[in-house]
Amino acid sequence: MTGRMSSSILTAVAAAICVFLVMPTLAVAPISFTETDFITFPPRGFTLRWYEEFFTRPAWIGSLGTSAIVAVLTAILATTLGTMIALGLGQLPRRVGGAVTFFFILPMVVPTIITAAALYTPFARSGLIASIPGLVLAHTVLALPFVIINVSAILQKLDHRVVDAARSLGATPAVAFRRVTLPILAPGIAAGAVFAFITSFDEVVVSLFIAGANATTLPVQMWSGIRFEISPIVAAASCLLLIVSCVLLTIFWLIQRR
Amino acid sequence: MPGAAVHISGLSKRYGDFKAVDDVSLSIEPGEFVTLLGLSGSGKTTTLMAVAGLIKPDKGTIRINDTDIVSLAPERRGLGVVFQNYALFPNMNVFDNIAFPLRMRKRSTQEIREAVGRVLEVVALEPFADRRITALSGGQQQRVALARALVFEPPVLLMDEPLGALDRSLRDQLQTEIKRIQREFGVTVIYVTHDQEEALALSDRIAVMSDGKIRQLGSPDEIYERPSSAFVAGFVGDSNRVAVRLGEARGELRVVKAEQAPELELLAGPAEGSASGAEALMIVRPEAIELSLERPQAERNAVEGQIEMREFLGASIRFTVSTPLGTMHVRKGRTVAAAALKPGATVWTSWRPSDGLIFPSAA
Repeated sequence: MTGRMSSSILTAVAAAICVFLVMPTLAVAPISFTETDFITFPPRGFTLRWYEEFFTRPAWIGSLGTSAIVAVLTAILATTLGTMIALGLGQLPRRVGGAVTFFFILPMVVPTIITAAALYTPFARSGLIASIPGLVLAHTVLALPFVIINVSAILQKLDHRVVDAARSLGATPAVAFRRVTLPILAPGIAAGAVFAFITSFDEVVVSLFIAGANATTLPVQMWSGIRFEISPIVAAASCLLLIVSCVLLTIFWLIQRR
Repeated sequence: MPGAAVHISGLSKRYGDFKAVDDVSLSIEPGEFVTLLGLSGSGKTTTLMAVAGLIKPDKGTIRINDTDIVSLAPERRGLGVVFQNYALFPNMNVFDNIAFPLRMRKRSTQEIREAVGRVLEVVALEPFADRRITALSGGQQQRVALARALVFEPPVLLMDEPLGALDRSLRDQLQTEIKRIQREFGVTVIYVTHDQEEALALSDRIAVMSDGKIRQLGSPDEIYERPSSAFVAGFVGDSNRVAVRLGEARGELRVVKAEQAPELELLAGPAEGSASGAEALMIVRPEAIELSLERPQAERNAVEGQIEMREFLGASIRFTVSTPLGTMHVRKGRTVAAAALKPGATVWTSWRPSDGLIFPSAA
């Protein structure tokens, strides 16, 4: 009896925590349909006007395009580099590997504003400010740890004898890598790619430094939207970002479950 | 393909100051089953992996049917390897694991299906072809590993502690199976284990290794009955060890005095070379010792003692007897009269002088 009661209390507390965590995120959804010209809560009326404006105003739709391009390129670059780094780290003696891994994970631990400030000067000198390559490079620095962590996690569980086994059965090192190592690492690489994409797609702090008139990402556009207009377009954009993130995380979850 | 001859000569491998393999030479006949037996760090696995091509030796040659393979990459040696913990490909099912070496050899789909089918039958895993590796028991995984290493009919099969991760009854069953499959394929086997019972049961010849060297090479009977050193005697089979001092020769035998009980006059097996008065070690196998209530006839070594413990081991019974020579272990078949003796009984332990093996003291 007491067991059942304490378990229902636990369920109630857990549900309350979930609501607390999710509510602010979900609150933007009703706001995005308001008929007022600025963000209000509770929203008044119902209109799809802000979604229409989002998709027609060049500043908004252009920033979505930039974000998508930057996120895809970041995912590709970070996944490739991160996988290679994880494989390299796996070859190092355990203690050295741990220290070097920490070095690569740093951008995740250090406050983003520090990374942003550190990147600004060299990027400004080399003309990477306000350019897509600049954004991709900066986002890759932030996204790398996710790829390294995901790939290393699988690499640590991997029995390294499988590569030896493949060699003994007639596979050259390249074939053994393609037919055995890579397929085994694939779920970690895919998870890393999803995280890298989301990291870039949602990133605002570093982008504020690096982005410019010719290359503005969606979160940066939202930032100025809030500062100068308090426009409900920001809420509509938030909803769209949320949907993209949810879809990607669902894909990630399905990959992990396999 | 029938088994190939393997000639290892002067093989050495060091890691820093540690000599993992120290000048090992070994010639193996086609179709022979040779076991490298030793503790971890004895060099047995390093030797095996050097043959597989997965460890590069510092010195020495390895010839398969007169072809030196030392400089060949592992994928070009064409030897079957069964790894400890099997090293199956977790991203492939049973069929694809076994088909892997055939695909590497660019065999046709038809050929692959036939060959994998045949070998699945040999290891009795036909219904499991589509199973994921993780859905198999340890014993089944072991058989997949064996099938994968044999499907391309290699002339030599290298096995590294293949039964190490399995429980006792499964090991016994798979031992028999490995032996049967080896005969069926006629393949030469180099087998690595630290389990002496496994080695004794499976091998045509055993190479007992320690500190990177082969200490003795011989048939299981030779190794067990005529160990060349106290180390081998102690490692293969149980043994009672008694510190003794050598006395004068008497015919083919030698008078020995136990350090702990010099008043007893004992005779022991031939001990050539060593001078009278030298310290030595006498080793007596537990099953060579008889237990009796009456003092046995004069030509046997006889020591009186008291039974301290009686352990039932199934087919046999192990007695722990305290004697003036120290604690002696005695193993008796369950059905012999002496098996009924109870702890506390005063008994005579006795053995033929030739069952007392004499070795120079290690010091």
